[in-house]
Amino acid sequence: MLRMLLRRLTLGFITVAIVSVIIFSGVELLPGDACTAFLEREAKGKLLENCREAQGLNRGPIARYIDWAAGAIRGDLGVSANGQKSISELVGNRLKNSLLLAASSLALGVPLAIFLGVVTGLWRDRPIDLTLSTLAIFAMTIPEFVSATVLILLFSVWLGWLPGIVLTPAHAPALEFFPEILLPVIVLTMVMTAHILRMVRSSVIEVMAGDYVQMATLKGVPYWRIVFRHALPNALLPAINVVALTVAWLLGGVVVIEVVFNYPGLGRMIIDSISDRDLPVVQAIALIVATVYVGVNLSADLLTMFANPRLRTLYMRQK
Amino acid sequence: MTATSVEKKYTGLTPFLTVLRDVLARPSGAIGLTLVMSHLVLALISPFIVPFDYKATNSSMMLTAPDATHWLGTDHMGRDVFTRVLLGGREALLVTGIATPIAVTWGGFMGIFFGLVGGRIDEVLMRIVDAFLSLPWILKMLVLIVTFGTGIEVLIPTLAFFYGIPVIRIARAATHDVIARDFVSAARARGHGRFTIIWRELLPNVLDTLMVEGAMRWSWMLLAFSSLSFLGFGVSPPTPDWGLMIADARGFMSFAPWGVLGPVIALSSLIIGINLTADAMAKALGIDRAQKAPV
Repeated sequence: MLRMLLRRLTLGFITVAIVSVIIFSGVELLPGDACTAFLEREAKGKLLENCREAQGLNRGPIARYIDWAAGAIRGDLGVSANGQKSISELVGNRLKNSLLLAASSLALGVPLAIFLGVVTGLWRDRPIDLTLSTLAIFAMTIPEFVSATVLILLFSVWLGWLPGIVLTPAHAPALEFFPEILLPVIVLTMVMTAHILRMVRSSVIEVMAGDYVQMATLKGVPYWRIVFRHALPNALLPAINVVALTVAWLLGGVVVIEVVFNYPGLGRMIIDSISDRDLPVVQAIALIVATVYVGVNLSADLLTMFANPRLRTLYMRQK
Repeated sequence: MTATSVEKKYTGLTPFLTVLRDVLARPSGAIGLTLVMSHLVLALISPFIVPFDYKATNSSMMLTAPDATHWLGTDHMGRDVFTRVLLGGREALLVTGIATPIAVTWGGFMGIFFGLVGGRIDEVLMRIVDAFLSLPWILKMLVLIVTFGTGIEVLIPTLAFFYGIPVIRIARAATHDVIARDFVSAARARGHGRFTIIWRELLPNVLDTLMVEGAMRWSWMLLAFSSLSFLGFGVSPPTPDWGLMIADARGFMSFAPWGVLGPVIALSSLIIGINLTADAMAKALGIDRAQKAPV
């Protein structure tokens, strides 16, 4: 058990390490560096040299990578190219806001998706399933900026029920984002619910076709008892992993949603720093996002393993 | 994947026609394929049938409501919205139409190859794939686009590269899945060589998965392409593009909603069409799409 835990942790750590190398070499391979990007046309002669000196860009790439990685482990992500501000400080509030957005959507979307997924799975191919499954395809495939635009048009412009844009500054406490956060949360929840619903549905269908469900039916166990006691616990376990993957995948969509709603989160910061070619900030955000992704997936894996005795022994035997 | 994907139905038709017939037999497939085909046809013929010049501005006709001449009204520069909606998918379809087959081919090839090779190299490759997948698509794409520009000569290779990476995973899993089947052992027992088994037993079965995967990649790519345009990192004006048009018209949404609605409907119908088709195709081939991770 402990060995398996260690193995998973090591794998997660290795993935983050590879990501950090990819990020670093990716930025390294691009033409120019933080200084040429920051100075733009004036990037020549003495000015460029001074800047490189100040940023420590004169050393070899391996030395700089080690410095950067060591700093990141300590929580020091370096300084931004233009503002000379500590990136950890810049990112802090933004990260908090993005997590607020994600957490609210999760709290709303996951129970809803599981409920609807079970309903569609149990009433497979009935009208309710066909309606919800079709709606799910709509919700998950239409680009976030399209559904966001339509919802703003509907609820903000025409009906005037909800604010269509976020004006609260980045450092405001979480509660002040209400009610401006509602529309972005709804859009995010829609996409997320659709994904999880489809997975839960197919998992419910699979489990309900299982031998032990048939056995219980033949024994005369009442239908709802079978559903709740026999089928659902087995059907919902895989959902943990799906939720994790969805969360990670949504990180890309969050960027667009934050731009559409002017929400002061990490996503908008990505766009801003890429437009400004502020490479240290881009590197830092990429690392944070990748770490969150790996962390979420790792916790989901571990949670599933602890909750499922079959999987637990399977992993033990493999090792 | 269930066992049904393996038992091919012999109906006298070529495999392609059999799949096509099965797709069309489902309502979702019929609607989806119709939507996709109409979009493709429109994209091809739209330059010859549009009523106005897409870049002709008219300062006296800004943001006028839909009427008999301008079916979808005009935008903030007095350009005909209907014309621009008709033309707005061409760039997106061109870029994604080239990038999707490239992505599926190289990703599929790598996935099958490393799925067969296995061992240490495979382990290392999968860690690299994981690492790439843990970065949000938009971040990877933007860094390259901001550096190298937004032309199609940058967008096609960028999309083809990044969208091929998840295909590696899918193809590898499908390879593992097929290799463990009884009919592969049977072929081995019959004494067939390794390449015969790969060519005759493995590839046809993995290709099913890759076809569905290709349709999915296409829709994700369209989503990425139009999102990039929307954010201002894609098609450059005055070329009409749905994502860009939505971004431009959003500011005038409160009094001129037709500028938004036209491209919204066009883009949504294309993407939904692709997904309905992919869905029907997955069902026809016996691959459960809902089990796939949304990466």
